[in-house]
Amino acid sequence: MQNPMDGVAGFKTFQYLEENSMTQSKFRNLAIAASLALMGSAAYAQVKIAYIDPLSGPFANVGEAGLKGFKEAAEILVNQKGGIMGQKLEFVGFDNKGSPQETQIQLKAAIDQGFRYVTQGNGSGAAHSLIDAVNKWNERNPDKTVLFFNYAAVDPTLTGEKCSFWHFRFDANTEMKMEAITNFMENDKKIKKVFIIGQDYAHGHQVAKAAKEMLAKKRKDVQIVGEDLHPIGRVKDFAPYIAKIKASGADTVITGNWGNDLSLLVKAAKDAGLTARFFTYYAGGLGTPQAMGASGENKVLQLTEWHMNVPTKSTEKFALDFNKKYPGVWFYYLRVNTMVEMVAKAMNTAKSTDPKAVALALEDMRFPAENGEVWMRKSDHQLMQPLYISVFAKADGKTVKHDSEGTGFGWKTVASVSQRDSQLPTACIMSRP
Amino acid sequence: MEFVAISLLNGITYGLLLFMLSSGLTLIFSMMGILNFAHASFYMLGAYFAYQISTWVGFWPGLLVAPLLVGAVGALIERYGLRRAHRFGHVAELLFTFGLAFVVEELVHLIWGKSSVDYKIPVELDGALFTLFGTDFPIYKGFMMLVSVGMLVALYALLTRTRIGLIIQAALTKPDMVEALGHNVPRIFMLVFGGGTALAGLAGVIGGNAFITEPGMAAAVGSIVFVIVVVGGLGSLGGAFIASLLIGCIQTFSVALSISITDVFALVGITLPDGSQVARLTITQLAPVLPYLLMVAILIFRPRGLMGSRES
Repeated sequence: MQNPMDGVAGFKTFQYLEENSMTQSKFRNLAIAASLALMGSAAYAQVKIAYIDPLSGPFANVGEAGLKGFKEAAEILVNQKGGIMGQKLEFVGFDNKGSPQETQIQLKAAIDQGFRYVTQGNGSGAAHSLIDAVNKWNERNPDKTVLFFNYAAVDPTLTGEKCSFWHFRFDANTEMKMEAITNFMENDKKIKKVFIIGQDYAHGHQVAKAAKEMLAKKRKDVQIVGEDLHPIGRVKDFAPYIAKIKASGADTVITGNWGNDLSLLVKAAKDAGLTARFFTYYAGGLGTPQAMGASGENKVLQLTEWHMNVPTKSTEKFALDFNKKYPGVWFYYLRVNTMVEMVAKAMNTAKSTDPKAVALALEDMRFPAENGEVWMRKSDHQLMQPLYISVFAKADGKTVKHDSEGTGFGWKTVASVSQRDSQLPTACIMSRP
Repeated sequence: MEFVAISLLNGITYGLLLFMLSSGLTLIFSMMGILNFAHASFYMLGAYFAYQISTWVGFWPGLLVAPLLVGAVGALIERYGLRRAHRFGHVAELLFTFGLAFVVEELVHLIWGKSSVDYKIPVELDGALFTLFGTDFPIYKGFMMLVSVGMLVALYALLTRTRIGLIIQAALTKPDMVEALGHNVPRIFMLVFGGGTALAGLAGVIGGNAFITEPGMAAAVGSIVFVIVVVGGLGSLGGAFIASLLIGCIQTFSVALSISITDVFALVGITLPDGSQVARLTITQLAPVLPYLLMVAILIFRPRGLMGSRES
């Protein structure tokens, strides 16, 4: 009798056949394999990584830019150079709508579709949710483990108290970034009054905490004149916040905002003619340069692992090609390229695409990335890489060779931190399988 | 003083935009008795239409054409959708507009994508209008205020000083009599619905580039317009105006207050036990929820709203 669910659960039926009727239906299996091969190169023989990030909602632009970056990096840096043991590396988008709950649902969907690798970056809340879910899954399914590559969620606890063998972070965490920023501020005696503004979730809290603690140590004379947390992704008009910053008399603003929360913040600052300097993590991309335009000149600084005017061997060309290929999206994440190359290298070295073997190969890896040598620290799975502080300045074709997002202004390095100097001690006590 | 003045300006600007948004809603409700859940979707459509037109022929034609287009879409929806649903009573109508909001959002996803679009303020309106206590007031905000106030005056004049306005008002209370006098009441309703949605479209044209044009923009304002209409009094244009300004100012000023709940209670002499997460929340953090608190309070203590005439 025909099972009425056959048509609905085709995939499960297929697995069932494979597992239980080997002898009977070798022929049928062959037929299925042949038909799959005919369907195109899409199925099988591919290393697939699920990209779980917002592809709709207020941060969709950020999520889509990241996905394009990963796809391009996989194609140019891996697939065109022989792939992974002859297989292609592919990134597939899963929309978590920026929510921690949805992240878990999307992880489940990815695992059900056979994904063994996930990457995520936008939002430490979602990253926390993902790290928990991956740990739990791996505990229960030791033969089908899943590995999580984090390219942008910077909450220090992810490689601190909550560190996991199954998680690798390719971006410097908030403490490392704030250490670099406050070291820079230490020598800048113009700074007297600081205002901290951030998004009201894990990341925003961590930025505020790190900034306060470090400034208290390094610059006792600096006064924190205000601290605000606003709902993430929901404020459309930052004018009231800017009025508050202005009233506080701050000469410097520190913010970890990203995406539209940063673009709208600097736009409101520009509209109100606020003269304070902004120290940011993410002003370099995703629409923020366009939002500030000329008003950001010499006023907005960012801390990143790289920007267009840091000389590289081949990333300059990669970035220019990328910008041409995706008009309106600007190459921004060097660490995405680094991550893709390191992951491919780990798989090729381990001669395996099993997550555990790959994780072991990735640990302690030293890799000549485009921004200098980087090191994946074994004790907490935090990537150590050089960092740059840069200021928004008029493009002059020399030190500011490239402008940002067609604004006529680009990033000029004012300080840099070597990979070694960026290292901070970790609180991680990792349980290893 | 300085800070109060700036915040007041910000609050009024925001309030006036909210008024543009909610005036159409309250108009449609008072004239037709329809609570249009899809109202904010027309706001979003206005922004997207204006963006599309601005990429072809610039911002200024869009300012005029986009609201008219939105109004036409609204009129068609009333004629071929809502009017049919109306036969099955208010619940059907409500559900119709509720579903419509989702349909519009999905259509926007399909046509313009899930990400935001680059809808920019025209160069002529970019810059500072005047400087007050060292803070610039952008030309564009001044323009927003101008359009909103102009709209209020025009609307008021249309409804009270013109023949068509009188017929609309008459059709509201005595539709049978108006019909008996030879007026086409269904067509009047279609015009009112189209007009109401056009107003939301206009708000979208102006708000879309002041803030951001993305598929979530309807959901972001969808609930706040209901707060305004409820607080102002369902169906009262004057009430909506006052409520908009009130809520604009509440949101702006509450951002400014860094005092916590503990401090508030301390003012009246109650000391809260220290350490609880709730007691340390500041008014700034509570800012997004305050309009809804106000709505709940109004519903409890003055169900007809500030200036509403009906008890329903």
